[in-house]
Amino acid sequence: MSNTNKPRRTAQETQAIVTASLRRRYWAERRFRTYGLAAIVAALTFLVYLFFVIFSNGMGAFRQSELKLDIYYDPAVIDPAGTRNPDDLHAADYQALIRAALKKKFPDVEGRAGTRELTRLVSGSAAFELQREVVKDPNLIGTTRSEWLLASDAVDLLQKGHIERALPEAERPVSDQQLGWVDRLRSEGSLDLKFNKTFLSKGDSREPEAAGIWGAVVGSFFTLALTLLLSFPIGVAAAVYLEEFARRNRWTDLIEVNINNLAAVPSIVFGLLGLAVFIGFFGLPRSAPLVGAMVLTLLTLPTIIIASRAALKSVPPSIREAALGMGASKIQMVTHHVIPLALPGMLTGTIIGMARALGESAPLLMIGMVAFIVDIPKGVTDASTVLPVQVFLWSDSPERGFVEKTSGAIIVLLAFLVVMNTTAVILRKKFERRW
Amino acid sequence: MTALWCALPALAVILVWVAFQDAIILRLITDHLPSGVRDLPRNELSLVLNDVRNLVAGNVPEASVSEAVRAASAEYVHLRGISRMALTVLVMVMAVGTILVVRSRITPELRARNRVEIVVEWLLIGCSTIAVFTTIGIVASVAFEAFRFFQHISPIDFLFGTSWSPQMAIRADQVGSSGSFGAVPLFAGTALISFIAMLIAVPIGLYSAIYLAEYAHPRFRTWAKPLLEVLAGVPTVVYGFFAALTIGPALRGWGEGLGLNVASESALAAGFVMGIMIIPFVSSLADDMISAVPQSLRDGAYALGATRSETIKQVVLRAALPGIVGGVLLAVSRAIGETMIVVMAAGLAANLTANPLEAVTTVTVQIVTLLVGDQEFDSPKTLAAFALGLVLFLVTLALNVLALHIVRKYREQYE
Repeated sequence: MSNTNKPRRTAQETQAIVTASLRRRYWAERRFRTYGLAAIVAALTFLVYLFFVIFSNGMGAFRQSELKLDIYYDPAVIDPAGTRNPDDLHAADYQALIRAALKKKFPDVEGRAGTRELTRLVSGSAAFELQREVVKDPNLIGTTRSEWLLASDAVDLLQKGHIERALPEAERPVSDQQLGWVDRLRSEGSLDLKFNKTFLSKGDSREPEAAGIWGAVVGSFFTLALTLLLSFPIGVAAAVYLEEFARRNRWTDLIEVNINNLAAVPSIVFGLLGLAVFIGFFGLPRSAPLVGAMVLTLLTLPTIIIASRAALKSVPPSIREAALGMGASKIQMVTHHVIPLALPGMLTGTIIGMARALGESAPLLMIGMVAFIVDIPKGVTDASTVLPVQVFLWSDSPERGFVEKTSGAIIVLLAFLVVMNTTAVILRKKFERRW
Repeated sequence: MTALWCALPALAVILVWVAFQDAIILRLITDHLPSGVRDLPRNELSLVLNDVRNLVAGNVPEASVSEAVRAASAEYVHLRGISRMALTVLVMVMAVGTILVVRSRITPELRARNRVEIVVEWLLIGCSTIAVFTTIGIVASVAFEAFRFFQHISPIDFLFGTSWSPQMAIRADQVGSSGSFGAVPLFAGTALISFIAMLIAVPIGLYSAIYLAEYAHPRFRTWAKPLLEVLAGVPTVVYGFFAALTIGPALRGWGEGLGLNVASESALAAGFVMGIMIIPFVSSLADDMISAVPQSLRDGAYALGATRSETIKQVVLRAALPGIVGGVLLAVSRAIGETMIVVMAAGLAANLTANPLEAVTTVTVQIVTLLVGDQEFDSPKTLAAFALGLVLFLVTLALNVLALHIVRKYREQYE
């Protein structure tokens, strides 16, 4: 189009040039639009794929292989002296009961190696389960009961189809012999997938089949509850001061800039702060939800303050003027009128901040909430871990069984996040008010 | 008001008391320990005192500790009992005392509400300054530890050295005892992964924002936008797990198919997943910026015969450019500071390379690996983490300040 700038061109010529270029321009238009749509589709595809991977890996974690064995609670093994002394009951060799029951089921197995192979079908934690039952009810001793026991990791993986049967024996975690036993048990109906109570009610464990998320859930609960208790009042108070009381001057400007910057500081830096100040300087206990909550409070405060200020801003000035006109003091005006009206907005912001805190793990790594903890924490100063950190810990474990557990824990974490965010959305929809 | 006067001084006393109780008791116990124990060097002494505390808390069986520790812990319990009694008595006395004083002051002339309100207002001011104190706390604590690190290692070596192997000898005669703390490979690794992340996030985020703001039907927008935001709400551990479990091995597999040697912890895998995570940051910020461009500019372009895409490319995007740049800078700072994805999906060994198929490590990964596990506060190994944290904080702070400044300038332009 070298002649576009020539002055003498008739309207028809211009018309022709434009018409000729239209096809190309409309084509470019359509292409541009498709790029936009493709970008959204790509992003959403990642999202769907992510969820697909997590769910397809993790649903198995909610079911667990269990073996049915006729356990004879042999008095000669558990309590040879017949004293029913709880200490003796604790110390007895419950593994022997399982071994005996397995031997009865498979009488043709001989030799030490064979027996060892056989006992590997059952999880190492099954003996503790028997121990707990006996200590709870010593009358069991001397009776025979059929018990569903946790199967071992390898059997569980086999049952769920994660182990290729066609592989050569050396390359799979179950031997040919074990494969035969498993098939026999299955055909008898003594090996089955059951709902995994262990996963939802126990603490961490080195054995995938005995590991549960309850400890992490309780740790998360303590941490979040304390974070909420600390950050909500402080955040609201700060927002009220900045929005309702503070005059605009250098000091309040400084505070504002600070809040905006803190909102974008990497979370791991807050972890460094927690480590150096709360643990190093104040000497608070490591790995405790208390310290975790303090760090997460600092982390979520900017979010809560920003959301609360927006909520306060949306309350119309006429309300304030009316209250002041009736003779209310400034504090009365704020506490009786402005805060109640802004509360839904503040709560929404707080819930979103809490959801962020629930998914946060990097700063908690810094303050030592990554320890391997079997016990369920009982208070805010007990060593504990939280759900996302549990996910991190399990994802590092070499055992194949933990992949499933990790995904299962992620599903639980995501479920909590969905509930929290939905609450926030519903709250916003329900109390949203247009002035 | 009476209640306030009753509670505040008493609370203050409790706080101070609890803060110092442990230190004072420990000092007393230390003085009473057998002289052989007392003369131990400081760190061993603190071990003994830890034993005492553990015994008191019931964390260790009584049989496993020495006689001195057992005696000391009995004394600890005793002193703690005394301290609690004293505290209770003191607090009660103070509370009752202040009630009496304040009661006598109550007269019809007293403007009690005003006084209470002053206290409340100071409380509010106190809360609002926490943000400032947090920043001061971060700078002070991180800078202090970093300063101690720089007493061992010179800042020049740290910032410009190209070899990173933070192993310090525990014993002097150990093999390979001197670690080297040149952080350039970490900076390069961080830059590489962030760059890959931005290569994914900026085009996808920007195009989605354009489509959502300019083309999408409102109904499509109402459900597509929240769905995109879900990507930002997914915890980063989940992305890390996803990268380590799926993307890393998949890239490795494809690489083998093409005859390339891809590390299973390649920078590409970590950067790719991080890019996905950052898409919603870019898209929602760009969306805001595009929506802030006045309609009159678009109408002007349409009136000249421009098509929609021409209007967007030549008018809207140009007008929104500063805002978008600000948003991208914020996204970069997020990528640099992101921890979990790289901890789980990137490598641990420092590797100075620009090849995205190799494993690199980042600043945040090194902070985590240096600080998780056993730590002492005086070895250069752990202090190095604080020096890295300082660099991280300063870089992200600079990016944030710049970005917020640009965004604010831009907003003012159209308001």
